[in-house]
Amino acid sequence: MELLKDTHFDFLGRQRLFIGASLLLTVAGIASLIIKGGPRFGIDFLGGAVMDVQWTGTAPVADIRAELTSQLPDVSVVGAHDISGSNEMFISTRVEKQSDLDSVRQTIEDALARTGGAYSVRSFEAIGPQIGSDLRKQAVLATASASAGMLAYLAWRFRWIYGVAAVVAVIHDTLITVGLFSLANKEISLTVVAALLTLIGYSMNDTIVVFDRIRENRRRMVHEPLRKVVNLSINQTLSRTALSSGLTLLTALSLLCFGGLVLHGFSFALVTGIIVGTYSSIFVASPILVAWERWAGGAR
Amino acid sequence: MNRLRKQTLLILAVVAACLLGIVGVPATPTAWRDNFRRNIHLGLDLRGGVSFILRVKTEDVPNARQSDVVEQTRRVLERRINAFGLSESQVQAYGSRGNELLVQLPDVRDPARIRQALASPTVLEWYRVESGPYASANEAKAQHGGILPWGTRLFPTQPAGADKEGGAWYLVTGAPVIRGSDLRDARVSSNGMSLPVTTFSLSQEAAARFETYTRANLGKRAAIVLDGRILSVPVIEDVIRDSGQIRGARSLEEAQDLAVNLRSGALPAAVEVIQERTVEPSLGADSIRHGTRAAAAGLAAVVVAMLVYYRWAGANATLALALNGVLLLAALSWCGAVLTLPGIAGVVLTIGMAVDSNVLIFERIREELRAGKTAAGAIAAGFSRAFGTLVDTHVTTVVSCAFLFLFGTPAVRGFAVTLVIGLVTNLFTSVFVSRVAFDWELSRQRAPATLSI
Repeated sequence: MELLKDTHFDFLGRQRLFIGASLLLTVAGIASLIIKGGPRFGIDFLGGAVMDVQWTGTAPVADIRAELTSQLPDVSVVGAHDISGSNEMFISTRVEKQSDLDSVRQTIEDALARTGGAYSVRSFEAIGPQIGSDLRKQAVLATASASAGMLAYLAWRFRWIYGVAAVVAVIHDTLITVGLFSLANKEISLTVVAALLTLIGYSMNDTIVVFDRIRENRRRMVHEPLRKVVNLSINQTLSRTALSSGLTLLTALSLLCFGGLVLHGFSFALVTGIIVGTYSSIFVASPILVAWERWAGGAR
Repeated sequence: MNRLRKQTLLILAVVAACLLGIVGVPATPTAWRDNFRRNIHLGLDLRGGVSFILRVKTEDVPNARQSDVVEQTRRVLERRINAFGLSESQVQAYGSRGNELLVQLPDVRDPARIRQALASPTVLEWYRVESGPYASANEAKAQHGGILPWGTRLFPTQPAGADKEGGAWYLVTGAPVIRGSDLRDARVSSNGMSLPVTTFSLSQEAAARFETYTRANLGKRAAIVLDGRILSVPVIEDVIRDSGQIRGARSLEEAQDLAVNLRSGALPAAVEVIQERTVEPSLGADSIRHGTRAAAAGLAAVVVAMLVYYRWAGANATLALALNGVLLLAALSWCGAVLTLPGIAGVVLTIGMAVDSNVLIFERIREELRAGKTAAGAIAAGFSRAFGTLVDTHVTTVVSCAFLFLFGTPAVRGFAVTLVIGLVTNLFTSVFVSRVAFDWELSRQRAPATLSI
């Protein structure tokens, strides 16, 4: 079976449309981030506590919320029903002072005991405010330095503009995904950061496959304009791009459906990231190459 | 032909070695399962357990001695959790600040008790009581004309910060007669009906000092102070040489924990818990079950799609994917790497890139076939052309992993390590193993061979 054989789409011809779409999504994401005062970080990054409680029967979400809101800051109590039909409840709260960290578990458990019912605590996590801000810094530092490393490698293997284009595409993907998280009001937790790293990996991979083909074709077609070479390269790699991304998307979707609550944020980021990442290697990274060439050529 | 045989043998040997590493040689039908559990180390988020991150308060310690103090604290904490009889527990340095420690305990039921035992400094001191009890610290001062006599200190019977009403204060002489570090051993003994007591024995040098002191102070009161709080105020009834008792524990558990902490020694600096994490084993098991189910569903979909799209070559890719899984597990087991949820993210990315490698190669072979090459020529050209691309994608990812490992949190490091291992095994399976499989397909046909791709 072969799909997308010998295609001749003019990807760069419609680049304005696609760049417009990218800009729209990016701007919407950034706007949401600005309005909401930055991404909604999970307690791993802010300092706080989260408890996962499983109930037999319906979880008394409203009762617990009423009980705790007066005692703890920024309480959120969310009931969650997954496919397997268990009744779980996530209780989270901010911890602003290191000294409150010692008592927060007891406060929550007391409220649970007063409400009554058959429940069991499945997990509990409490993170001091200091370690939260450390983690945030570390996550940003790690991602930024990894991107710089990739840029340097690509600049060395290809040309520096290839590295820049690939990293811009990756930043574009990360921004859109984080923006979508903000629009959907979902929390950025440590696992979501792992998913962001994963999607950076995917997006980079996609971009490099196209760039590799561009480099190869340029050697054969020295006298053709770059625009034509790029278009041909995208078309040549199109069936692999579609198939690879489709299959990975399939895996990510199965993770979203069957992966359970713990992996939900992770899978959500992965699904959006794969879609955006595939798109960006064709419609963001490659046009940057052509635009740069044209600008540099015109400047000379 | 001969070369092909050799390559096949090499692959079989690698696979056999990996299987041996993962499940060992199963002596009984169920032994492979136990071996698997022993060889693949799961993180606390998957197997359940408690972890704490403690910060050693080194603010008052001179810079030069800080790492010493942290290391001493680590040893004391290790002795404490070992004394609790928790096997497989560990205390290790954590983070980049140099004053944080990670304590990991598998399968613990009562995190609050462990937390208390870990964070308590356990400074035990034995003072001579001058006067008391007083109802409050102010009253004690008032009795002495507003200031405490030189060389004396006040201690409450209530912990600091607790309700100030109802406690009593005692005035004691400044220097402690014995300290926790003078102890040789401490045990709990329960004498029938009464509350449990912690008995201790003293080191030789301290015993001599203690004997002199008790002889001189017969009939007088002493104060046993633990972490700034008076536990009991016994009257010295007899000359004590090398052992004594501490009363005042409210439960058997408290007495036991005190004995443990006295045995393991006082902490050289105060510590505070800055992160606590408890995961019930059942939740970990759920995560594993969900993860496995998702991976199985995803893989099944991928395999079906590959078989439909590439026919026999799809089977080839499935073989490469399966071997990649085996190799990855074996490598994780040999490195002693711990599989955590973020690590599983690394595995997911690996699977994605493994499928992509196969697709990349297959598409290239198809192109070469379309360009009119023979089957053998298309395979050779397809692999060599795709290999260049694969090297670039893989090396780029390894470069980014290196930085993630350098600057990342432990969770991110787990991701990076699994990913790098997966990339290396992927190059082996999707380039080498897959090529050998194609060569077999060719060698079984007479020229001109055709490919099912």
